[in-house]
Amino acid sequence: MSSQKRGKNIQAQNRTSQGSNSFQTTLSAWKVKQDPSNSKSISKHGEDNPVGNYEHADDQAEDTLQMAVGYFEKGPIKTLRNKDKTLEKHLKTVENVAWKNGLASEEIDILLNVALSGKFGNAVNTRILKCMIPATVISEDSVVKAVSWLCVGKCSGSTKVLFYRWLVAMFDFIDCKEQINLLYGFFFASLQDDALCPYVCRLLYLLTKKENVKPFRVRKLLDLQAKMGMQPHLQALLLLYKFFAPALISVSLPVRKKVYFKNSENLWKTALLAVKQRNRGPSPEPLKLMLGPANVRPLKRKWNSFSVIPVLNSSSCTKECGKKEMSLSDCLNRSRSFPLEQLQSFPQLLQNIHCLELPSQMGSVLNNSLLLHYINCVRDEPVLLRFYYWLSQTLQEECIWYKVNNYEHGKEFTNFLDTIIRAECFLQEGFYSCEAFLYKSLPLWDGLCCRSQFLQLVSWIPFSSFSEVKPLLFDRLAQLFFTSTIYFKCSVLQSLKELLQNWLLWLSMDIHMKPVTNSPLETTLGGSMNSVSKLIHYVGCLSTTAMRLESNSTFLLHFILDFYEKVCDIYINYDLPLVVVFPPGIFYSALLSLDASILNQLCFIMHRYHKNLTAAKKNELVQKTKSEFNFSSKTYQEFNHYLTSMVGCLWTSKPFEKGIYIDPEILENTGVAEYKKSLNVVHHPSFLSYAVSFLLQESAEERTVNVSSIQGKKWSWYLDYLFSQGLQGLKLFIRSSVHRSSVTRAEGVNYNSQYS
Amino acid sequence: MDSYDVSESTPRQSTSSRPEDYFISATFLQKRLESVRKQTSFIPPSPRRKIPHCSQLQEDVDPQKVAFLLHKQWTLYSLTPLYKFSYSSIKEYSRLLNAFIVAEKQKGLAVEVGEDFNIKVIFSTLLGIKGTQKDPEALLVQILSKSQLPSEDREGKVLWTGWFCCIFGDSLLETVSEDFTCLPLFLANGAESNTAIIGTWFQKTFDCYFSPLAINAFNLSWMAAMWTACKMDHYVATTEFLWSVPCSPQSLDISYAIHPEDAKALWDSVHKTPGEVTQEEVDLFMDCLYSHFHRHFKIHLSATRLVRVSTSVASAHTDGKIKILCHKYLIGVLAYLTELAIFQIE
Repeated sequence: MSSQKRGKNIQAQNRTSQGSNSFQTTLSAWKVKQDPSNSKSISKHGEDNPVGNYEHADDQAEDTLQMAVGYFEKGPIKTLRNKDKTLEKHLKTVENVAWKNGLASEEIDILLNVALSGKFGNAVNTRILKCMIPATVISEDSVVKAVSWLCVGKCSGSTKVLFYRWLVAMFDFIDCKEQINLLYGFFFASLQDDALCPYVCRLLYLLTKKENVKPFRVRKLLDLQAKMGMQPHLQALLLLYKFFAPALISVSLPVRKKVYFKNSENLWKTALLAVKQRNRGPSPEPLKLMLGPANVRPLKRKWNSFSVIPVLNSSSCTKECGKKEMSLSDCLNRSRSFPLEQLQSFPQLLQNIHCLELPSQMGSVLNNSLLLHYINCVRDEPVLLRFYYWLSQTLQEECIWYKVNNYEHGKEFTNFLDTIIRAECFLQEGFYSCEAFLYKSLPLWDGLCCRSQFLQLVSWIPFSSFSEVKPLLFDRLAQLFFTSTIYFKCSVLQSLKELLQNWLLWLSMDIHMKPVTNSPLETTLGGSMNSVSKLIHYVGCLSTTAMRLESNSTFLLHFILDFYEKVCDIYINYDLPLVVVFPPGIFYSALLSLDASILNQLCFIMHRYHKNLTAAKKNELVQKTKSEFNFSSKTYQEFNHYLTSMVGCLWTSKPFEKGIYIDPEILENTGVAEYKKSLNVVHHPSFLSYAVSFLLQESAEERTVNVSSIQGKKWSWYLDYLFSQGLQGLKLFIRSSVHRSSVTRAEGVNYNSQYS
Repeated sequence: MDSYDVSESTPRQSTSSRPEDYFISATFLQKRLESVRKQTSFIPPSPRRKIPHCSQLQEDVDPQKVAFLLHKQWTLYSLTPLYKFSYSSIKEYSRLLNAFIVAEKQKGLAVEVGEDFNIKVIFSTLLGIKGTQKDPEALLVQILSKSQLPSEDREGKVLWTGWFCCIFGDSLLETVSEDFTCLPLFLANGAESNTAIIGTWFQKTFDCYFSPLAINAFNLSWMAAMWTACKMDHYVATTEFLWSVPCSPQSLDISYAIHPEDAKALWDSVHKTPGEVTQEEVDLFMDCLYSHFHRHFKIHLSATRLVRVSTSVASAHTDGKIKILCHKYLIGVLAYLTELAIFQIE
């Protein structure tokens, strides 16, 4: 509920602060809009009773808080008799909300004013100050205003002390500190006050930048030290000064380990933790973009960080020290670049993309979708190399089949691979490190461990020359492929299909946006097409052998045909000049299959091949000029050959005459009486059951059905019946490839631009 | 650093259509991939190596520092290239690492910025520990305990030592841009908790990655052969092999010690190519040892696992521990270790 609650608070804050339109407010308002869980709960409002009630109660609490804040803002009303009661009630309200959910920055702004302006008594001021707990952040303006009250002298010494303690405790939640730093001189002057001195020291310790260190301040501090003796807080500040400006402080400071500031007296310890939790809370990014688990389980390994993926840290100043021209103190003073920790939304990324501080460990981007966007578009070689090295080494270190007895980390490794795959899917791009990892780990892989993840990595191999990758990857995968179960074969085919699809997408993008070719492993389009066609042929070989090994399994054939569904549509779907027809082993297995869905899929693929080849032919005729991508007549011949065979079998009942030729004598020897008809749409083993159902539907009471009676008009009805049974592939195929006239013939694609 | 010049003129966007252009304009990332492909297609990476010999550059080495590196057991790590490391900033690094170690060791206490710790971190370069001029300077990191009392020796006791080096690292150097410093081999001596802290700091600061570098039996045989082949004025240790027999409940170790001169004689009898060691020679050398052992004890050592090799030049354990004994062949030993480290990070 915390996100809802926060949303409420922010809405309230917007209500109260229509005028002041600070950056922080608009940003948080944007966040609320983005928060899906929030909007969901709002839409639920009213439908669901318990939720509705809760919301209602929430609204009430919200209103009473508004009233309370309003009450304090107006100041004490002297005339009312039950003043104390009202005050107590409102104070309680504020305290409750503050400790439970924190206050919006606008509310803090108002209440700080109240507490320090001295409208109420000391006790009330103390109670208000103690509950100034932010929901997320405190605006800098509020602090500056509050400090200005200190000069007026309306608040007591104890209130001042409490305020400084509060400021120190909440320092990290103040949205920015530039203005506050401008008040450095004021704070420094407050050191005079003995009661305030320790707390002011602490604040200055947090606030001091190099330019704040001035000789007169050093002198003042040394005077104070002389006056008050060796105070740990003064020492701390002096040490810091000495660190920034060693030349200014010649006195030797005691070299003892010591805690300079006591943390134990922090009043807001639990509240601080809660705020931190809230600030870290649900990300404003849409959920589907969030990658990876929020906190990866710590590894058992002795070191190499605590989680597989490093935590996101912007380049620390230590990094910048590597540059000669930058001194350490310069780094500490930097405020130009945008720290990653603050990066929460895509608009922020766009605004700051020029001055984004990169993470100190590039691996941390894997868990951050915004930075993945960044590294995807930045194309900065060192960035990519850093990521490459990190990912390669981590994969190698984590890979469970590299080391004996490492299987206890199995779950961790699986999760890690899942994270990588999510990132690859998100970017629609494979990582080179994963490719290198596959090369190294495939020979050692048992084919079982993390199979799904491993094969997904295969499908994300970046596009490259097939002949180069083949010996390293595909030949080794083939060994496992041939020796494993049918399910493994299907999984491999599935991932190869995805690989093909990824390559095609990449190439089709690449062609249309020529200038950003970033991996010109195959520099010409012809080379690229050659590589893709080699991949397809390779899968063709795998499939043909697999069909033999698995004795024409229908299950396997489905996966093979799925692959060819991608292949047949390359020309039209991806606008790439490539048509590869399937090998005969696959075509005839599918044509003679006992499964109607296979035959239907085959019909669909033939139909798409037909469309693609026709489109290619048309383009060739339009262009006239002989381009390098004109398909060889062989492709057309192959296709026409298949088409005639298919039409011969399914339609004209003249199988094995054209296309594939089988000596009639052999066919007669099979003993099938009417072999000519036995493969048409009526008698084909996979359609026979349809034919019978069709006849039974017509005349249900007949005891014997004669499928040969499906002729003439009945033939057309039968076809309509088949189409109505979901055989859409068949429908498309017949519509596009068969002239339904008295003279039926296959409508092939003519490669000589004249009909044969 | 002439080898780095290429990076300046290789914008990633370059789209050349001719293959010969492509090789010039290949990005470092693609070069990496190329080299991985090469590595994976030929195993072993290179079947012939030079017999270690005394290096010319090694003469620059401060003898005191070298003495410091010898006769100590080092744990080996491979290390990916350091990003934005600068030799001119090593003083700053000393201070930062110092602060980091203190912060790590006293987590929960306020971080101090002063210098009042009882440890001291020193970064320095090891001049001359390199194979070619292109190799980056080796880097030494030491943690000293600083004595509290001024009367004691100011230097204090060495608590932990680690050094980074790159000997004949051309294959790696060619594939990274000038933002990176390649010191692929890291050797540590001291408490592992310290190694962990320091390693973590390096990983965070230079976005690099440490992995323990184990030496498999195959590479140990290579070491045995190469180190036996080294010419020695006098031998300081016997040549010893340790095999491990995986049997339960406790594994059985077989130690096989040979007089170094006998080992050398055996080597000379199998050695053909002057100045070089080939895979066949290594195999033959080991086979001779195996058959000799079999003749006496009827045990096939080839069926067991070689876990340690000790010679007068150096001794190495399969867990990734090494002790270098001979000053003369320091560079030679490190060159092979660098090769193994580079192979691991490819």
